[in-house]
Order: sequence, then structure tokens, then C-alpha cells
Amino acid sequence: MEILISLIKIVVVLFVMITSVAYIVLLERKVAAAIQNRIGPNRVGWKGLLQPLADVLKLLTKEDIVPRQANRFIHDLAPMISIGVALTMFAVVPFGDHITLFGHDIKLQIASINIGILYILALTSLGVYGVTLSGWSSNSKYSLLGGLRSSAQLISYELSMGVSIIGVIMIAGSLQLDLIVQAQAGWMWNIFLQPIGFITFVISAFAETNRLPFDLPEAEPELVGGYHTEYSGMKFGLFFLAEYANMLTASAIITTLYLGGWQVPFVHDLELSDFWVSVVQVLGFCAKVVLLILFFIIIRWTIPRFRYDQLMNLGWKVMLPLAIANLLGTGLVMLLMNVR
Amino acid sequence: MQQTKFKPIIHKRDLKWWDKLYIPQIVAGLRLTIVQMFRPKFTRQYPEERWNPPASFRGRPVLVEEKGVERCVACGLCARVCPALAIEVQGSESEYWKERYPVKFEINMLRCIFCGFCEEVCPEEAIVMSQEYELTFTSQEDAIFGKDKLLIPAEKLKDRLEYLRQNR
Repeated sequence: MEILISLIKIVVVLFVMITSVAYIVLLERKVAAAIQNRIGPNRVGWKGLLQPLADVLKLLTKEDIVPRQANRFIHDLAPMISIGVALTMFAVVPFGDHITLFGHDIKLQIASINIGILYILALTSLGVYGVTLSGWSSNSKYSLLGGLRSSAQLISYELSMGVSIIGVIMIAGSLQLDLIVQAQAGWMWNIFLQPIGFITFVISAFAETNRLPFDLPEAEPELVGGYHTEYSGMKFGLFFLAEYANMLTASAIITTLYLGGWQVPFVHDLELSDFWVSVVQVLGFCAKVVLLILFFIIIRWTIPRFRYDQLMNLGWKVMLPLAIANLLGTGLVMLLMNVR
Repeated sequence: MQQTKFKPIIHKRDLKWWDKLYIPQIVAGLRLTIVQMFRPKFTRQYPEERWNPPASFRGRPVLVEEKGVERCVACGLCARVCPALAIEVQGSESEYWKERYPVKFEINMLRCIFCGFCEEVCPEEAIVMSQEYELTFTSQEDAIFGKDKLLIPAEKLKDRLEYLRQNR
């Protein structure tokens, strides 16, 4: 029974994730259009709502071109690593508290493992392989440069990301994501307790997801398409979806760690039954994630790309010291206030 | 004339630490993009919402037809002046008052560059630039427009003829 429930949860979450990733692409195009005073895709379906379907169909029917001299196996493997990592990362994210459905008490999280944060950090490191291997295996100078840049960038930002998370772990006293969310009950969200940690984490998340202003691995004007220059058809589509899946997962993790996860502070004043409380909490989680994704998108159309040395300077000379200072400050305050 | 006001150049050494954080500029940029989102859109829904060009527009060249006959007297000036060599005229004598008429008048629309020299040089106001801008063909043969496609009654070209009379 437990396995069945887990399987159902996996299927539902995967379905919701893939659909929403497709629609984030549409949202990105719509918001970009609005910022540039255009309308955006509005021909396929009502107001363009079937556009993602048309895009996927187009990509599926396109020819899959592999460059001569390319390492075929790794060339095929790289997009799978990218999308696989992006999707599996969501497994530890709690998107709600318990809910009772058909007499079963269901925990709204696929896997509540006790090293949740380590799992996330490990997977983000794995995600580097997708980009780096695709750049290496394509046998193209642009792809190679993109891959090299991404490995350097992701490794530098992973450090400040990891260090800024430690503050959260110290406050919650656990690596388990659902316990971290429970520690943020009411308005005790980590964004208020750890504003500097929040900023460093969000900036690192931008760098980890290869979004502008840190999209140097693909940097269209200089590297054609960066690591996915030599990809076409659905293999390119997988990279494309992986970028948005990464964005979704990053937003979900930011929400979980800093914005109180599924906590809706005023939900207990509404006097709802337990079932509806859970539903409101899940909706609250979704709302926070959507707002963060909107933020990601608007930032993309606002800030120009960094130069490579600026990126590295920011990562090593600003972000890392800030994150360490934040860590030390948190420790000091906790020691003085004698918490735990 | 009004002088454009330039903002003074701010050097990096003059920035306060607050400006160097880069965050105020990010916030200002975000405000700008978010305000833009609610501005009116410029998009024209093309196939449904068409653009009506003004009379000064140079669309595809057409022959003016008056009382069922083209005005053209097949002098060949347009073919001579055409920089892209798109026009081919073959004249012949006729029973009409104008004595000559084109047996064959062809414009290769793949060569035409819409310069309007033919219209300018024409002594009879017989070839003018119309307001049509939608040109599609599926083969090179289709792109050669003969008299059947070029002849347009003078009433439909009134705007352009009026414009030419005023501005030439």
C-alpha cells in the first residue's frame, strides 16, 4: 500500500511538473512579449494556451543531427542527465503537510529523507555533468567553451549556495526539508531571519539554473548557443525543458528554505476543516513558487548578462565572503541568545 | 529648437557604496520593465487587421486601365529606365485613338525593386505604383506578371494618381 501511494505521488508530481514546465515556457514568452509591448503567442488554442503542445510536436518531428566526430553515446546521454536531474530534484521538496484522502493519511512529499539538503546539493552538482558533457561531446568550439564556462560557474556558485544554506540548517536544526518548513511556522520565515542568506542563495540559484544575468554557458551573442549549439530536435528540447524544470525546482527549493514552504500564516484563522487547510497550504506553496518564477522571468528581461570575469569576481569575492559572514553572524546570534 | 538634455556623466569613483551594491539599479530596472508590461501593445493582428498604406506608398507597379483600354502607348521608356531590368514591353499599332499599344507587357516581380522609376518616367501616367503589398507566388513563372494581372481600372488608383498630380 505504501509503495502504491508513493507511485501515485510520483506519477502525479511528474505529470504536474512536466505540464507546468511546458507552461512556464509559455509564461516566459508571454511576459517577455508584455515587457517589450508585444502580445506574444496567441494563435494556437485560446489565447495561445496550446502553444507548448505545438512546440513539443514541432521538436519531436525535427531531424536529430549529430555532428561528425561527436561522441554519439555521450551526446545522447547529456540531455538525459540534464532533464533527469532537474526532475528528480523535486522528490524531496515538501509541497504540503499531511492530507487525508480516501481514509489514507498521505504525506505531501515524495521522499522525506533525513539528508534532504545534501541530496539537493548532490544533484545540483550532478546537473553540471549534463551541460559539461554536452559541451565536450559535441566536437564544436562553441559548445566546448559553453561547457567549460558552465562547469567553472556552477562549481564557484555551488560553494556560496551551500554555505548560505547552513544558516537555515542551524536555525532548523535539521537537514530534513519538511522539518525545516515546520520550523518556519507562522511568520518565522527564514527570509526575515536570514535576509543576507536569502539574497546570496537566490543569486546562486540564478547562476545554478543558467538564467540571465548568469547565462554565460549559452550566451547567444558570443557562443551561438553555448553547450546546446550542436543539438537539434527533441534532444535540444530536453535541454530547453531542463532549463525551465531547473527554474521550477530552484523556485520550489527557495520557497521551502526561505519563504516558509507550504506555511500559510493565517490559515488557522479561517476555521476550515483539516482537508481544506491542507489544500490551502498546497495552493499557498504553488502561489509562492509561481511568484518566484515570475521574478526569475522579469529579471531575465531586465538585467544584461555579466562579463565572465565579473561573474567570477562576484562569485568568489562577494558571494562567498557574504555567505560566510552570514553564517558567522547567525552562529554568534544563536550563541548569544542561547538557542539550542 | 529644443535642446536635448543629457544627464551628467557619473564616474565610478564618484559612486557611493550604496550605488556600488548594484541593487538600487536592479530595482530601478525592474520597475521600468514592470511598468512596460502594462503599456498598450503595438502588435497588429496581421491577417485580420490589415494596414492601409498612404497614397505615397510604393506598392507593386500596375498599368492604368481607362475605358477598358490601357493608357500605355508602348514607348518602352519604363523598360529602358528600369534599373533591375524587370519590365519587358512589346509594342504594336492599333486602331485606337492612341495608335500604339503594348502587345506584351510583363513585369518580373522577382526582379522588381519597387523604385518607382517606371512611374516617374512614364509620359502617359500609364504605369503607377499601387498600394498592394501582399505578393505571393510559388514558382518563378508565377512571378512574371502579364497584362492580365497588371491592368487595374483608373478608379481604383485614384489616390495615387491624385498624389502624383500634386507632388510631381
